[in-house]
Amino acid sequence: MPLLTVDRLTKNFGGLAAVSNVSIQLEENELVGLIGPNGAGKTTLFNLLTGVYEPSEGSVTFNENGKETLLNKMKPYAIADLGISRTFQNIRLFKDLTVLDNVLIGFNSKNKQGIFSSVLRLPSFYRQEAELKERSIELLKIFDMENELETLARNLPYGQQRRLEIIRALATQPKLLFLDEPAAGMNPQETAELTELIRKIHQEFGITIVLIEHDMSLVMDVCERLYVLEYGQLIAQGTPAEIKENKRVIQAYLGGEI
Amino acid sequence: MENILQQLVNGLSLGSIYALIALGYTMVYGIIKLINFAHGEIYMLGAFIGYVFIQYFHLPFFVALVGAMICCAGIGVLIEFLAYRPLRGSTRIAALITAIGVSFLIQNVMKLRFFAGAEPRAFPQAIEQKMIEVGPIMVSNIQLLILGTTVVLMLGLQIIVMKTKMGKAMRAVSVDADAAMLMGISVNQTISFTFAIGSALAAAGGVMIGLYYNSIDPMMGVTPGLKAFVAAVFGGIGLIPGAALGGFSIGLIETFVSASSIEGLSAYKDAIVYFILIIVLLIKPTGLLGKNTKEKV
Amino acid sequence: MRKNLKYNLSWLLLAVAVYLGIFVLKSVGLLSGIVEDTLSLIGINVILAVGLNLIIGFSGQFSLGHAGFMAIGAYATAIFTQIQSTYTGFLLSILIGVGITIVVALVVGIPTLRLKGDYLAIATLGIAEIIRILIVNGKDDLSQGIFATGGAAGVFGIVDYANWEVIYIFMVLTTIIIANFIHSSTGRTVLSIREDEIAAEAMGVNSTKVKVLAFVLGAATASIAGSLHASYIQTIVPGDFGFMKSVDILIIVVFGGIGSLTGSFVAAILLGILNHVLRNVQAISDYRMIVYALALIIIMIFKPGGLLGKKELSMKKLFQRIGKGGKENASVDR
Repeated sequence: MPLLTVDRLTKNFGGLAAVSNVSIQLEENELVGLIGPNGAGKTTLFNLLTGVYEPSEGSVTFNENGKETLLNKMKPYAIADLGISRTFQNIRLFKDLTVLDNVLIGFNSKNKQGIFSSVLRLPSFYRQEAELKERSIELLKIFDMENELETLARNLPYGQQRRLEIIRALATQPKLLFLDEPAAGMNPQETAELTELIRKIHQEFGITIVLIEHDMSLVMDVCERLYVLEYGQLIAQGTPAEIKENKRVIQAYLGGEI
Repeated sequence: MENILQQLVNGLSLGSIYALIALGYTMVYGIIKLINFAHGEIYMLGAFIGYVFIQYFHLPFFVALVGAMICCAGIGVLIEFLAYRPLRGSTRIAALITAIGVSFLIQNVMKLRFFAGAEPRAFPQAIEQKMIEVGPIMVSNIQLLILGTTVVLMLGLQIIVMKTKMGKAMRAVSVDADAAMLMGISVNQTISFTFAIGSALAAAGGVMIGLYYNSIDPMMGVTPGLKAFVAAVFGGIGLIPGAALGGFSIGLIETFVSASSIEGLSAYKDAIVYFILIIVLLIKPTGLLGKNTKEKV
Repeated sequence: MRKNLKYNLSWLLLAVAVYLGIFVLKSVGLLSGIVEDTLSLIGINVILAVGLNLIIGFSGQFSLGHAGFMAIGAYATAIFTQIQSTYTGFLLSILIGVGITIVVALVVGIPTLRLKGDYLAIATLGIAEIIRILIVNGKDDLSQGIFATGGAAGVFGIVDYANWEVIYIFMVLTTIIIANFIHSSTGRTVLSIREDEIAAEAMGVNSTKVKVLAFVLGAATASIAGSLHASYIQTIVPGDFGFMKSVDILIIVVFGGIGSLTGSFVAAILLGILNHVLRNVQAISDYRMIVYALALIIIMIFKPGGLLGKKELSMKKLFQRIGKGGKENASVDR
């Protein structure tokens, strides 16, 4: 049983099928790439899988240790609670909060405090608060950001903002992580660092990562398997080597006849 | 049946006034996303300027109406220049508080004895009220005048917005001020023009309501101002047809509730208006004509 | 843990010191009745502003109906203290007001908090107006039913259980509750919604629940302020709780800084003093509202983020500065 099973998923906006009849399976601890030309429906697919949009047809099933959950009508926060997290194409950090607070909010989903213990400041509140803080700092340390704890997210350099978004997503302790164009707007050196970072997450956290990316060198470098979308439809899947040779994919990227 | 028709006419006259004020609200909102709380005060000033023109200069009604519209257009532009323009880049809520400050200021300056004083004044009967029988119902000539003038002004506005160069600039700035500027549109001029038009419409409403109710005072703008804002939201704020629709709807609802045969209901007329508004918003969160724009993720 | 105790103790010390300060001034006769009134009104305004700031500044939801919830508390106290004219009755009336407010805030908050920005503002304004109109249409006295709001004439002769000390204690309590709430994990999720609702949801924050929670908590404190207001002023009319009252509270919040509880304190105190001076200095009292309006416009033009922006007075930072031997002033970023 795969970790996530997407079965004939379709999303219509008015008359337009942004995602049409897409079926994919994600296994545990895989690193999968999702590629395709602009407007192919990649981000829409992410939004369907994380509850931002409701699917028109088809189903999304999450399987956690044999316990199956249908995600179709679930709200984003409930899907996040299940262990599915994401980043956004256009960075969506909590800009006026500190780096530490951003990460702490990520941790919140699995570590809810009682309102009464926090308002009354019971000892349990302080204990939990200290523990969460410690774990956040530990997480930030892995990504060399422990020196920016009190920096406002908006004041971070671009590359670090992208990185913080990934850390925040990891703080929710996901089993499945969607990264939406993490290398967008990065220079080659930053992209190289990011490539290492994604590898590191994949190895150290042992989670499944799905990556939307336009930077082909990055995708071919880190992904074990690729899915290719065009006009909302899945046109190919396979290893990077297979996709490189795939005629339909080449056609989709270069356009016209071959 | 006669009663319903009668109330329809009454409701439309009242609704015209709300619509005229709501148009100014909605245009300003459309272009700079500001809830211009001082707009009700422009309406009040319009009524007082019309009063001065008729009472002291003995001008005919329509001349006074146009005069008040021109004066208020100037006042509107001045307020925007002095109070709102410095805040263009800051938060919307800061601009909102400034607008409330301007509203307080105008009210209280007008309350000074040197200007109008706090007491209500009788608006001169520049046009004598006559009742006309139209079929089974009675319509006053002033109601017809209000309806007629409103329709003419709305058509005029529609022409300005859709057919003139300035109208095109207004639409462009409301969609994207920065892009409009890059296309060579003077954003400041366009915003000033919007305030001028909106203020003139409110002034027309003020002068006509003076004639209709015979009484004006410095606080007369507060309630209609608020209701017009409600009307603008009701129709979908930022949309010119929405403001007209909202204004007429609120006028009609109020009139029908007041005239309802259910005992004691009329005391709740404003509550019912707000209740319907909330229901409309829950069903259509951006007003009757508003488009639901989903944030791009 | 020990450090937290230190910070909390120093806050407590500050609260007690201010209390003693006022107490001593009053005992030696330096505090006239008018000044005491001003102080009490400032206290009530602080409660209102802190509660509204939670809704607007921290959860980012634009409410224009705060006075409606204040009205519920005020009338709960006005009516219930007639039935039970004791001190316990007064405290019970506050609880009743809070209870009704919570129910009303839940019923209206759950559907309307889906709305955004100005649409939410107008919906909350509508709710406050509906509450006010229901009160205007209430029964004349208790012989006609429990909803004896006295109609447009209002209720007078309410027993004055609330003096400045009671108001002060409630002000401190509500502030502690709201400040503790904001600086907890739930409080952080409230902030995350203000910052980016979509991202917050993706991080597992149930935005509807958190928004409603902040809204209800803010409304409940407004109800407490209403109860205190009714008992202190002893006369209330529905007009006290109209749209303009909501605007007055909003002005304090924006003036102090949206998202700064310290700012709400500072603004309530400064505007309270300004009002006091304008009211009691004969030469300018006629121009009171004009000066007030001009002040508002000028302050907004020159300080659009409010006096303090998002800054808070923090004991922790204060101690750190003193520890370092720095000479800077006390108020620093959160």
